[in-house]
Amino acid sequence: MASFAQFGNDLHTGKRSFNIVGRRKKWYLIAAVMILIAVVGPLLRGGFVFGIEFTGGSEFVVSEVKNQDQGPAATAVATVDPEAAPKISTVSNTGIRVQTDQLKPAESREVRAALARAYEVPETQVTSSFIGPSWGKDITQQALRALVVFLVLASIVMAIYFRTWKMSLAAMIALLHDLVITAGFYGLTGFEITPAAVIGFLTILGYSLYDTVVVFDKIRENTSEDGPESRRTFGDSVNLAVNQTLVRSINTSVVAMLPVASILFIGAFVLGAGTLRDISLALLIGIIVGTYSTIFIAAPLYGQLRENEPAIKKRDKKALELRAKAAAAQPAEEVTA
Amino acid sequence: MAKSSPAKKAWRSLTWLGVIIVGLIALNTAGVLGANGAWAPKLALDLEGGTQIILAPKLESGTTVSPEQLSQAVSIIRQRIDSAGVSESEINTQGGKNIVVSIPGTPDDATINRIESSAKLEFRPVLVAGAPSGDSVGGDGSATPTPTPTPSVDPGSLPSTPSVKPTDGSDLAYVTPALQATYEAFSCKNIDTSVVAPADEPLVTCETDGSVKYILGPVEVSGANISNATSGQRTTQSWATTGEWAVNMVFDSTGTKQFATVTTRLSGLQGAQNQFAIVLDGSVISAPRTLAVITDGKPEITGNFTQATSKTLADQLKFGALPISFAVQSQDTISATLGSTQLTSGLIAGLIGLILVVLYTLVQYRLLGLVTVASLVVAGLITYLLITILSWREGYRLSLAGVAGLIVAIGITADSFIVYFERVRDELRDGRGLVSSVEAGWKRAIRTIIASDTVNFLAAAVLFALAVGNVRGFAFTLGLTTIVDLVVVILFTHPMLQVMAQTRFFNEGHKLSGLDPRALGAVYRGRAQFQPSPQVGSAKSASSSREAAKRQTIAERKAAELVGSSADRTNDGKDS
Repeated sequence: MASFAQFGNDLHTGKRSFNIVGRRKKWYLIAAVMILIAVVGPLLRGGFVFGIEFTGGSEFVVSEVKNQDQGPAATAVATVDPEAAPKISTVSNTGIRVQTDQLKPAESREVRAALARAYEVPETQVTSSFIGPSWGKDITQQALRALVVFLVLASIVMAIYFRTWKMSLAAMIALLHDLVITAGFYGLTGFEITPAAVIGFLTILGYSLYDTVVVFDKIRENTSEDGPESRRTFGDSVNLAVNQTLVRSINTSVVAMLPVASILFIGAFVLGAGTLRDISLALLIGIIVGTYSTIFIAAPLYGQLRENEPAIKKRDKKALELRAKAAAAQPAEEVTA
Repeated sequence: MAKSSPAKKAWRSLTWLGVIIVGLIALNTAGVLGANGAWAPKLALDLEGGTQIILAPKLESGTTVSPEQLSQAVSIIRQRIDSAGVSESEINTQGGKNIVVSIPGTPDDATINRIESSAKLEFRPVLVAGAPSGDSVGGDGSATPTPTPTPSVDPGSLPSTPSVKPTDGSDLAYVTPALQATYEAFSCKNIDTSVVAPADEPLVTCETDGSVKYILGPVEVSGANISNATSGQRTTQSWATTGEWAVNMVFDSTGTKQFATVTTRLSGLQGAQNQFAIVLDGSVISAPRTLAVITDGKPEITGNFTQATSKTLADQLKFGALPISFAVQSQDTISATLGSTQLTSGLIAGLIGLILVVLYTLVQYRLLGLVTVASLVVAGLITYLLITILSWREGYRLSLAGVAGLIVAIGITADSFIVYFERVRDELRDGRGLVSSVEAGWKRAIRTIIASDTVNFLAAAVLFALAVGNVRGFAFTLGLTTIVDLVVVILFTHPMLQVMAQTRFFNEGHKLSGLDPRALGAVYRGRAQFQPSPQVGSAKSASSSREAAKRQTIAERKAAELVGSSADRTNDGKDS
């Protein structure tokens, strides 16, 4: 691991440097392609799959059963529709409640019969009804309103803290990129969007902005420390900050990802579909994309937004002249690319 | 440089942290011993199950509920439940007419009343008031057991339209002979709260406790014009509390205007007509005398409230009346939808993840990683205590999504330490001594940590204030972990590093300390001998190492020179 420490040292001093800000067109292109896939892919697949919390569904109640074991119910539903992923719970001491995605009337009759057989009760003791969504439009509307208010406030707070609205803009664009790609992943894989997944999206929203603020703080520090005799252009300073925080970005995302990845692994491969899988997938993708977008989108975008300001243009020109002069005076000095 | 100063500060911070933890433990112990607290947080519906209440609309035969009415009712019921705490309940419709409310735990009567009562509030002027008949107490004190004074007259045969068109709501012309007969025959036991009386017609009803019977004029101001309602103890003019609970309302502009008009008219009238009845779900909760004209639109209502009932009414008024009345059709206990396997697996997965985090940080930061692990343990302890206390005091319930949120919080919490450690390493690379690196690194790191945590906390606060349902529960968890993160990094991680910087092991930069200047390739090579890195970095490292050199004590400078020379020997890329 000493080589990793060495890697960090070289990044800090600038001995080794990834030209991230300079190759921004490449990153923009990658982002555009990813967003295109995230938007078009789900459309081709037939849109997002929403859970019964959003769409409503069918509910079956088996009453006066002798055995309240939930296993038979799961098997019974699976014989009719293996993809249904039913929510099963016991009601009082003698009932079983089964909630599934909205079924067609014929399927509904089959499930009713299957449940009656599974619990050895007459079919009249199985009632079926349609249930409405528990995550109604009102929750979505309120949540969206809250989100808009938060994004506006967060932009203002960041603009005040960093003393430039351009950082807020760059951060918001990166955030949008993260959300579109994370959502697109759900659409592409056909994972159900459940309340747990939405909570996952919201967590990502927080994480993505958080990560951007950390890196931007270093950029702010570097660019404000450049004196008039600095040989670095504005873009160079931004790039140095990204490189200097690279070790931190890698460490943080690995530390954040490890628990999430283990939840996803256990959730998806041991338990199958369910809350844990839904939420951890959103989180894992979001953490990767959130860290990526801070480095490859937010920072280059910020550099681009600022570099055409007259004051910065003037200073960049001077920095390049100083650099050329220094290179002419000391031609022997080794330069690592 | 006073060596004891950072250490002294560090111990003070650690003491504060101890005080906070002991305080939280003491508070929770008090909860467990005195009230119904527990040592484990309460779990939400998905993990623990709860009660499923099916509400059926009270409908007259032939009428149906429209989907709009139903969704409006769901939304209002949700707000009422949310305002009672962060319980993560689930509300949906069933079969296009019923509402199913699933809440964790077993609800008491007050909770059910809070959910099902329609809370339609009306302000009507009193036309006639008297002692209730049909009951045994007569108005003049003489006991008359006869149930109805005029049994021979059928109210239906009397004229029911006013002979003279009433000019205002207090006009006694509303009291037609038919209405008078209904009034006299009316028994306070027969109030039907499910039928909503037409707003433009007079109403015969009683006080909620059945003590007074009224004929009321048409609705003057409706509860829909209330923009806000709060509950509190009444105060006298000298701001002393009277111990009587009241509901304070604020009308919107229409309500304010209407209320001013009515109070102006009523204050000029005498007797019962001076009274103003506040009607809730068909019965009068109070009928105060109108002593003054109220023009500010902020009336206060009283009437045998307790703290709980006044809060309930205030909440109900704030979120509006249900468009239809509901009755509890069934109430069943339901089991958890996810079952215990999900929680156990989630916790096991979290544990595996944590072990991986520990291994990774130890590899990356050597013994410094232990500080991260210890900090995470402290953060975990504080979060656990807070959640337990909040689930006892505020009805907070931990859902599986909440558990996952807490596990993700490990990442954000650990990031604060990583940002901090990297800053300290940066300072070491610039050639500072360990003690000053810790202080300088901290100054820069805490700025970043506060800025990024502020954004997170902002997200939590806005979502908690504006969102409803599960999103609110999420926001609560996020806000909690953000605060805990700040507390731990300020009161634990930084002080620990300050203390450790004093030890020989770390100060001499032992290989395993994670803060070995040689491994970090300190650029300082003694005064003014920094290696100018080509292209970048020279200006900054020059200025900061000069500054560092200025600030160093003689001992530190010697140590740094030693480090510098050894770094020269083992230059670049050597394994350490």
